[in-house]
Amino acid sequence: MAADQPIVHPYIPNSIPAIKAEMLAAIGASSVEDLYADIPESLRLRRPLDLPPPYRSEVELVRHVGGLLDRNVSAREVISFLGAGCYQHHVPAICDEINSRGEFLTAYAGEPYEDHGRFQALFEYASMMGELLEMDVVNVPTYDGFQAAATALRMAARITGRSRVLLPASIGRDKLSKIREYLKPDLAVGLTPYDPATGEVSVPKLQGALGADTAAVFLENPNYLGVIETEARGIVRLAHEAGALAVISVDPSTLGVLAAPASFGADIVCGDIQPLGIHAHYGGGHAGFIATHDEERFVNEYPSRLFGIAPTIVDGEYGFGDVAYDRTSFAKRELGKEWVGTAAALWGITAGVYLALMGPQGMTELGEGLMARTRYAIDALGVIPGVTIPFRKRHHFNEFVADVSAGGRTVAEVNAALRERGIFGGADLSVQFPELGQAMLVCVTEVHVRADIDRLAAVLKETLR
Amino acid sequence: MSRIPKERKVQNVHRSAGPPRPIGPKPVPKRFHQARWDEPIIFELSTPGARGILPPPVEAGIREAVGDPAAALPKGVRRERPPALPELSQIHVLRHYDRLSQETLGVDLNIDVGQGTCTMKYSPKVNDQLIRGPKAADLHPLQDESTVQGMLEIMWRLERLLREISGMDRFTLQPGAGSAAIWANLAMIRAFHAARGEADRRDEVITTLFSHPSNAACAKTAGYKVITLRPDAQTGYPSLDALNAAVSGRTAALVITNPEDTGIFNPHIESFVQAVHDVGGLACYDQANANGILGITRAREAGFDLCHFNLHKTFSTPHAGGGPAAGVCGVTSELARFLPTPTVEGDGERFWLDHDRPDSIGKVRPWYGVAPNIVRAYAWIMSLGAAGLREVAEIAVLNNNYLMKRVLEIRGAAAPYAEGHRRIEQVRYSWEELARETGVHTDEIGLRAADFGVHYWLSHHPWVVPEPLTLEPTESYSKDDLDEYAAILRHVAGEAYTDPEIVHTAPHRSTVHRVDDSALDDPARWAMTWRAYRRKVGAPA
Repeated sequence: MAADQPIVHPYIPNSIPAIKAEMLAAIGASSVEDLYADIPESLRLRRPLDLPPPYRSEVELVRHVGGLLDRNVSAREVISFLGAGCYQHHVPAICDEINSRGEFLTAYAGEPYEDHGRFQALFEYASMMGELLEMDVVNVPTYDGFQAAATALRMAARITGRSRVLLPASIGRDKLSKIREYLKPDLAVGLTPYDPATGEVSVPKLQGALGADTAAVFLENPNYLGVIETEARGIVRLAHEAGALAVISVDPSTLGVLAAPASFGADIVCGDIQPLGIHAHYGGGHAGFIATHDEERFVNEYPSRLFGIAPTIVDGEYGFGDVAYDRTSFAKRELGKEWVGTAAALWGITAGVYLALMGPQGMTELGEGLMARTRYAIDALGVIPGVTIPFRKRHHFNEFVADVSAGGRTVAEVNAALRERGIFGGADLSVQFPELGQAMLVCVTEVHVRADIDRLAAVLKETLR
Repeated sequence: MSRIPKERKVQNVHRSAGPPRPIGPKPVPKRFHQARWDEPIIFELSTPGARGILPPPVEAGIREAVGDPAAALPKGVRRERPPALPELSQIHVLRHYDRLSQETLGVDLNIDVGQGTCTMKYSPKVNDQLIRGPKAADLHPLQDESTVQGMLEIMWRLERLLREISGMDRFTLQPGAGSAAIWANLAMIRAFHAARGEADRRDEVITTLFSHPSNAACAKTAGYKVITLRPDAQTGYPSLDALNAAVSGRTAALVITNPEDTGIFNPHIESFVQAVHDVGGLACYDQANANGILGITRAREAGFDLCHFNLHKTFSTPHAGGGPAAGVCGVTSELARFLPTPTVEGDGERFWLDHDRPDSIGKVRPWYGVAPNIVRAYAWIMSLGAAGLREVAEIAVLNNNYLMKRVLEIRGAAAPYAEGHRRIEQVRYSWEELARETGVHTDEIGLRAADFGVHYWLSHHPWVVPEPLTLEPTESYSKDDLDEYAAILRHVAGEAYTDPEIVHTAPHRSTVHRVDDSALDDPARWAMTWRAYRRKVGAPA
């Protein structure tokens, strides 16, 4: 088709020339150009955009885009031990089924009437997270766990009126980068070292760092190095004694077996729900949660939307709506708390579906199974000459550090060798945590069977020989 | 099928004798009724012992080797009681959520012109299929670059398309949505001034009242004092005089939308940008409203230093009930060193991530962006090309001006400001006259409109336009669709004059009836979770 011929595009109903003419006549315009009369000539682009020729037919489009995607190697085609904040858990079919529903997928910001179902699904998501976390308030998801942590810390600073937060030095460097940038210029960030023997936050060092300006002690459980913080209860107590809040980031998939942070006194709990039934999506599957107890001074500091349940004029009918809307930037612009916008609602609905499918037994079995597989992997790798598991004796959930320095190879070299054998090795920590040597963070999930772990061990052993 | 005995068959009540006549046509507006499943809260559907899905069992070999490490967790570290989640069989989970989905009105179902400022357009299903296969959905962000060349190439290509569409020099695809992109731009503005040693001196950001609330709110969060310009009563946009009075050596940036939420294009935008540049500030363009100007005018020509697009608005990715979305920020080469890390680089054959960016603002979210929406947006642009994008813009504007004509024919409706001027892609209307004459308010009209199967959105706060309604018809709707939407408004406005009670008490044919939302601002009664609700209403644990 010649470029100057009119195009009737399947996505643009009124591109039919006769209809266009009829509509122009109806509004008294001689051409569409008339409608742009207010845009000064100096701003007009008087040439076509210089874009590649389009693939107008679906066949051509799928060949092109599908062809590009086909060049990827999916983590399902190999045995992957990558985690580090993005996890290859099994995604139940029902999760994909529900988040593919056009009603949810193409909804947006409707009212609690025509979008009643969306409100209910998100209220239920928050309610199920509330049971997992043993907390009464959970937000409509924010973008991701990084944002949830950064906002939780700002909330803590507003609540306490203090200006410094303490983060564990074991935090991932990307998350640290996000938090630092987000807390500027109001809050200072201090790092508490971890104990090199255990990988857990050093309690004496933390104690020394606490001060009258400490707004929050931030803890990750399990931490980025895969270690479960067994002193968390004591750390929370120390934070409280110093007048600070305890903000704990948690992987929700652990909570079938690990105690909810609220049970040992956490004030604000946050994290990422990607492990709950959401694909990795090359890092596009994240959504963040923030949870607190139902106290006004906490609720009023959320920037996020909070959906609440309410009666309607008909007995027995549940209605929903925004709770304490006036705290938000939607209501008050710069006078609201931080800012709110479109974030990750559909992932919230998906995580709700996941929790409903798993139930109490599923979450418990999942956690027990992950801990068993991970311990098996620690033991299997720990006996390989050239591999050291620095925190071997500690409790791990589904990730652990393995140092290959003694084998004389870098993680990058080892992973390249593994890749040739159909294995994606653990995340390379050598740049983020040089003090750990040539360390990789190995992640095990329920998609791995014993043979997968044995194969990793066997190939690693061969590689390091 | 079972046959109904002849004697009990329904008689044609309209015509019991004579020749058959057509059953249609459908009335305008249609006799819509939304699904009303009266669905319980999922906890009420719980049956102790029911299972929705089974995690894989731990293999005997593993169990024998390691036992049960969870049991070895210290007391207080181990959870004492299983979480009190509901227990449902799989079909009951599916049915529950399918029903809730039916009680939700997506673009796929309705003439979604009623959510102004949101650019509710068709999200092509083929793009959805493309992102759901394992070659897209099951990629880990830390995979070796050699194993994600296709994804990196799509990101690299999308950036190049966006550069041409905006005229900007470099883009990041990292932010999670529009407001996150605004945030990223403000962080870059802050970094730019800090690099010049002017961070302390430049502590003000100027925005406009018809720009998105996040422009003001992100600036405040980033540490800036916010100056908000009000619209001129005639033109609908702030005067250059007002801007000139606001700019100074303290100005860090102007953050502005154009056209603003009124759909009015500020023709003096170049002078606005120049005035800010003259005092050493940066000009940042919120392009959430770009749908009507694709291929018509660009950030570059107006002199902007930064801009952002919402892939879920202009570039068709689904709004997903409020995300995942995607935001992208474009900057001039002068600001490129501040872009989030990493950037996607390539030579046309091979593609990689550049993490070595010492001046970068760092991360605004994990990894590299909302990859599924990056793929969808890329596919959408590639299905249209330059001529197609221009057609998108032109039809969006034609649709808007056509709908405006139809709406303004309705008694009681008005479009404040810029009388006699065309609008770009949306209009903020006012029912002030109708409210004065009937006592029916815009929010009530919206609830009544729900009875006819459409959305209706008012305005961001504060309501500068009284009794506001904002409509944005995009390119996705036909003339018939627009006529139907206008007919619904005409019908409801007519009811306001003739039978206001039916509007006051709406909705009548929605999933639920009017919500008593007094509890939602009352700490003693609000309940954001089922457990809080049960506690507050005194339900047994």
